[in-house]
Amino acid sequence: MFSIDQSKYLFVSIVLFLIGVSGIFLNRKNIIILLMSIELMLLSINFNFIIFSVFLDDILGQLFALLILTIAAAESAIGLAILVIYYRVRGTISIELINLMKG
Amino acid sequence: MYLTIIFLPLVGCFFSGFFGRFLSPKGSAFITILGIFIAFIFSLVAFFEVGLSLCPCYIQLLPWIDCELFDASWGFMFDTISVGMCVTVTFISLLVHIYSTSYMSHDPHQPRFMAYLSLFTFFMLCLVTADNFIQLFLGWEGVGLCSYLLINFWFTRLQANKAAIKAMIINRIGDVGLALGVFAAFIVFKTTNFSVIFSLVPYYVNHEIFFFTYKCNAITLIGLLLFIGSVGKSAQLGLHTWLPDAMEGPTPVSALIHAATMVTAGVFLIIRCSPLYEYSESALFIIVIFGALTAFFAATIGLLQNDLKKIIAYSTCSQLGYMVFACGLSSYSVSMFHLVNHAYFKALLFLSAGSVIHALNNEQDMRRMGGLLQVLPFTYCMFVVGSLALMGFPFLTGFYSKDAILEIAYAKYNFIGTFAHWLGIISAFFTAFYSFRLIYFTFVISPNGYKTNMQNAHDAPLLMGLPLFLLSVASIFIGYLTRDLYIGLGTPFWNNAIYTAPQNLSYIDAEFIPTSIKWLPVIFSLLGAILSIFLYHNCKQILYNLTSISLFRYIYAFLNRRWLFDRLQNDFIGDSFLKIGYSITYKKLDKGIIEVIGPKGIINLTTNIGKQVISLQSGLIHQYASLIFVGVIFIVIKITNFNFFHPFIDIHVYFLFIIGLLFTNFFYVKTKTSSK
Repeated sequence: MFSIDQSKYLFVSIVLFLIGVSGIFLNRKNIIILLMSIELMLLSINFNFIIFSVFLDDILGQLFALLILTIAAAESAIGLAILVIYYRVRGTISIELINLMKG
Repeated sequence: MYLTIIFLPLVGCFFSGFFGRFLSPKGSAFITILGIFIAFIFSLVAFFEVGLSLCPCYIQLLPWIDCELFDASWGFMFDTISVGMCVTVTFISLLVHIYSTSYMSHDPHQPRFMAYLSLFTFFMLCLVTADNFIQLFLGWEGVGLCSYLLINFWFTRLQANKAAIKAMIINRIGDVGLALGVFAAFIVFKTTNFSVIFSLVPYYVNHEIFFFTYKCNAITLIGLLLFIGSVGKSAQLGLHTWLPDAMEGPTPVSALIHAATMVTAGVFLIIRCSPLYEYSESALFIIVIFGALTAFFAATIGLLQNDLKKIIAYSTCSQLGYMVFACGLSSYSVSMFHLVNHAYFKALLFLSAGSVIHALNNEQDMRRMGGLLQVLPFTYCMFVVGSLALMGFPFLTGFYSKDAILEIAYAKYNFIGTFAHWLGIISAFFTAFYSFRLIYFTFVISPNGYKTNMQNAHDAPLLMGLPLFLLSVASIFIGYLTRDLYIGLGTPFWNNAIYTAPQNLSYIDAEFIPTSIKWLPVIFSLLGAILSIFLYHNCKQILYNLTSISLFRYIYAFLNRRWLFDRLQNDFIGDSFLKIGYSITYKKLDKGIIEVIGPKGIINLTTNIGKQVISLQSGLIHQYASLIFVGVIFIVIKITNFNFFHPFIDIHVYFLFIIGLLFTNFFYVKTKTSSK
């Protein structure tokens, strides 16, 4: 085993995650970007799982990564379906206009 | 028998008050009069036993309040002061009862009236026979209550209501003083019983207690506080304004309450507490000052009043001043003598005035009378007898007591005695002047009233005439008959009921003052009377010319408007209190601060905070996301015990921050809502 610093990999995954988060709440226009940011966050988490699975030499992490992969696929499918229906009703997918549910 | 004296009026009141409807006015009048009559007969017997045979009677009836050191029992003490008062009160009350059956015969509420009169008599008897301060206080408040009910008897009249409230409230001001005095007496002596207190007084001469953080001599303090009580009740300077206004009640009421009995309660209190006052020079000093000033100032006001009853009311006030300063000069027995004598001739004057008013169809203004000499000769005679007795005409009742008071004032040979003496002499002059002015305006000058009134005028019927006659007999003879008994040299009558310290004793000095000084009061009185007749009979032109002098007009307005005392009280005291009551205690405190901190403020606070919390949920997804993010970070910090602010801020201050935050929220949002 050649020694590679684990923190460099983790850094990448955390940066990816933060980019995803900031994509969610800095983005005010497009709901598709929002879905993409969510996908990005799920990706970074998957990445995280795999890194730890390799470094801890444990298969459980890769199992979870597979599971999350399927869930992410299902979730983006459902999300896109909702988006399509929403578009059909409102005729727009701008996030700024989704504010009917005020407190 | 002794208890019967006190409780028969109460029984009469009970039957007349509760069953007056079934008894008819005549029946209720009969019952009350019978009760008072028997009480009067028994008081005479009591007077014989206690006063003349020198055997005081104490009746310890039953415990009233009894806890640890404090006990007030229903006890009745019949010593000579009490029986002297009992005879006077029941006699005057009996005559007033009889008089009212005729005077009030056309009134629809006669049973109620008789019930009030009897209730008043009961409370007065309770007051004079009390053997402790608590029971005296009961009687004191009771007569105040009855004066309210009686002044307010014609309750549909606005003025009567206002006068009754005024009487009640100004009396309450004095009663606060009395109550404080009783408390102070209890603190010092640990009892409210007269006999215990009075026997303990010499041991407490230099005792000091704290009053509002000031260290005061206990005896002086008690004396002055009790005197405040009697200032209210006896209408002394400062708290006198209720007495003239109380003339709104029916005339028999004025005769009973505001001449003969209720106002004398204040003087009675001082006389009763003579063993206490004798040990306080300064309290006596204040009493003399107040009494002398009251005598003088009420006499000057009486000069220029135009209401028949108000003149007599002010003369009552003036005579009470005489009694009070006599007390202050340590001549309690003379004061008591004047009190009893005054009751007879003042009741006579009031009832005669009632007879005039009755005859003239309730006309009270003196300027619309005149010429009644031919129409009401009997009332005229009674009025003249009463007035002469009042001004101290030689050998009538008033002469014996009034001259004795003035002689004693002179015989004090110090500043305060001279002060009282001269004010008293001047007041005697004024008294004679206004008495004759009254007679002159009412009876002698040519008629000024309405013709219909004069046509229907009739002299007093039998039931009104009989009390007048009896009172006039008393006004002529009582002073002469009881002089030696009450104030004769070395009389055994008082029998320890009154204590005068040897160094204050001045009866003997009073016998040996120069003859010219002894003549002074009589000379001044006669001068006043002559001046009055002279001015109003012979020199009307002078009076007319005086009206063109502005100084005289100013003096007239000043005296006619009672030294502007009512104005002073209304504008400065009453008005400012009402303003304080409305704008400070009501608007600023009750509706202001307490509301803001209390229910209204909390409601505002919670709704405003709620609105702000609600506004967080804006419906915008990116805001939700950031909130979620911030929330997650906070939870993580909390879970990991990572305290970010700890190096900068003491954790204990967080509480204040949160409270402050709430209040900034509150005020911020409040201004926003108010601008809408």
